[in-house]
Amino acid sequence: MYNGGKILLGLIIFISLVTAPFWLSGKQATAKPDPKIDTPEILKLPESDRQCVESKAYMKKEHMKMLNEWRDWVVRDGVTVYTSTTGKQYTMSLQNTCMKCHSNKKNFCDECHNYAAVSPYCWTCHLEPKEKGL
Amino acid sequence: MSMNRREFIKIAGLSSILGIGGVTGVTALKNSVEASQVSKNPEALTAKRWAMVVDMSKFASEEDFQPCIDACHRVHNVPHVTDNPKHEVKWMWPETYEHAFPGNEDEYRAEKYQHMPFLMLCNHCENPPCVRVCPTQATFKRKSDGIVMMDMHRCIGCRFCMAGCPYGARSFNYKNPRPFIDESKENPEFPTRMKGVVEKCTLCYERLAKGLEPACVEAAKEVAVKKGTTPGLIFGDLEDPASEVRKILSERFTIRRKPELGTSPSVYYII
Repeated sequence: MYNGGKILLGLIIFISLVTAPFWLSGKQATAKPDPKIDTPEILKLPESDRQCVESKAYMKKEHMKMLNEWRDWVVRDGVTVYTSTTGKQYTMSLQNTCMKCHSNKKNFCDECHNYAAVSPYCWTCHLEPKEKGL
Repeated sequence: MSMNRREFIKIAGLSSILGIGGVTGVTALKNSVEASQVSKNPEALTAKRWAMVVDMSKFASEEDFQPCIDACHRVHNVPHVTDNPKHEVKWMWPETYEHAFPGNEDEYRAEKYQHMPFLMLCNHCENPPCVRVCPTQATFKRKSDGIVMMDMHRCIGCRFCMAGCPYGARSFNYKNPRPFIDESKENPEFPTRMKGVVEKCTLCYERLAKGLEPACVEAAKEVAVKKGTTPGLIFGDLEDPASEVRKILSERFTIRRKPELGTSPSVYYII
């Protein structure tokens, strides 16, 4: 092999550069998102009422679609009341329904959105709840 | 298995018909499921076509009309931009006679009419030019009650509607409106807008849905109670012959802004 040493050295440098991000970040994986649902508003509710509009699994997966649907229903169709699968009725409003319980945008919304590197533009217009100590 | 062309076309045609039919069926079913999930608030105020009468005899000075403007702008988090008059955002504002009713000027008309503070708002036209020019249907006419609505989520800030509106009822957010809203007075129940969208009066659709009258009408009532008169803003259903608005229209002489344009405004003025 001509210039075998140089080629090998080059290969080693190349591979170490390409894989550098993996080595440098070490084994410390980014902390898993842990959205907090222990706001004073939620804790005030009796244990049996501590239930979101729909089930936790559904909300986790579908909340973005649901918010889009709520938006269109309220703004475009002029209907404001949502009946959940449990039969309970809610006013469809991000600011006045969702955030009244989830008053911790920083530890609830942002927790997963930052982890997933998504930045929904809700808050350019919608007012976020005033969080104490921030 | 061999297949001749005739058989192939038969099967292809049949399956595409089934496919289209199936999709429509599924969508129809889905819509009916969704529709049963949501409903109107039973307390909501409803009408076929909302209208407003502005009784100018009740609006002589600033202290009469300013409470209405303040109430509107406070409830909707309208920014108070003062540094550049071109960047002003307004849902409700006073206007002189010659600007409100151009083409009707008369140099010998009594001074008091020339300088009367005509209270302006979106006319919620029956035939709104802003809706016709909007490329994204961000502004649209609600079929249920005739309100010319704004869907801020869809507005791309092209400002066609501002060119289309003959009444100057629309304002553009040339800059981020947040710094121009007094945080101590903001309404936490209503959103603000962002830079690059157009806004205007929405006839308090969010209050109507809760069974409340528009904020300006409520403020006008408060002023009337204080002064011991009848309110200067009267709100009601134009299609309902028994409504208060219709009663006034059948008794008093009223004018509308620029009726010759054929937009058919829903805001009437008693002078």
